[in-house]
Amino acid sequence: MRQMRKRYVALKIDSTQTFDEKRLTKAIWDKVYQLFGEIGASQTALSKINYDKEREILVIRCSHKKLDETIAAIATIMEIDEVHVAFQVIAVSGTLKALRKKLSNRQT
Amino acid sequence: MKYPIDLHLNLPLNRKEETLEMLRRASELGYRSVGVPFPKRSRQNLANDIRKVCIDQGLDLVTRVDLWPKSAKGLIRDLRQLRRRFELVSVYCRSKSVARQAAKDHRVDLLVFPSINPRQRFFDLAEARLASQGLAALEVEMALLLCHTAFSRVHLISCLRKEVAIARKLGVPVVISSDAQDVHEMRGAIELVSLTTLFDMEKHSAWRAVTDIPMNIVERNRKKLSPNYIAKGIHIIRRGEECGK
Repeated sequence: MRQMRKRYVALKIDSTQTFDEKRLTKAIWDKVYQLFGEIGASQTALSKINYDKEREILVIRCSHKKLDETIAAIATIMEIDEVHVAFQVIAVSGTLKALRKKLSNRQT
Repeated sequence: MKYPIDLHLNLPLNRKEETLEMLRRASELGYRSVGVPFPKRSRQNLANDIRKVCIDQGLDLVTRVDLWPKSAKGLIRDLRQLRRRFELVSVYCRSKSVARQAAKDHRVDLLVFPSINPRQRFFDLAEARLASQGLAALEVEMALLLCHTAFSRVHLISCLRKEVAIARKLGVPVVISSDAQDVHEMRGAIELVSLTTLFDMEKHSAWRAVTDIPMNIVERNRKKLSPNYIAKGIHIIRRGEECGK
């Protein structure tokens, strides 16, 4: 069986408040589930990879076939616990190594 | 070089700090050009002030006027008065007569359907046929999609799916814009393009809807508003003494 191709997505969290990674991941899952239902959500193969609380950058992984749906769901998140929040996609890559390279290039 | 354009950024023009914050964010999100609606009777100084702030942020300002006419006659009157004062004219169609007039009038750049009620969205085959013969593009504002939830969002997605399919069938250009009222409603081009998957827009068409199509509209209008423009296909190349050179 062919291995599923993945995409790693780095998201910048823009909010007045900092959230813990569990809360952020739950907000994303809730939105994916709300928009695409159980089957759609399962197809995204979404998982959290890393969260840099200081820089407020969350890295997630999803199926490459459902990348647009995942980003669309994330883009519709307007608030978490009644606090305004917006996620901005800052890098997308096929490997974690390339994603980190993109993020470090972005910093410099 | 292609770059994303957000043709509809609702800046709070009377609040300087928020305006600056939104423009800074637009620049961070990778936009190089933003369309800002100004009131119909706004002074030229206001646009110049905003243009200065935009230039500081590395943005190109596109002046825009949003018309909410009650009748087709009102629309024609507004267009006669305002067309040459703004780089972009969008018409919010709240009645069928206004929608039809806006679609066939060459002075209208963007058709917007603000209602989420399917009965009050008039972008059907007849409307698209008129728009395809004119110059108007269909504008899809993403703030509507972000702000509504549950059934209202379901209805809206269903309407957008139908409208985008009609536009594709008849070759009417589609423009995607944010219509953001504040920083939290602003989204980058990647997010806007991804959101179009909700109403089955093809990815390359969605990218064109945030890059090429708005850019072409702005360039076309700037050429027309230039003092060197005479008529379609006729421009002044040299004036006065330059003619002898």
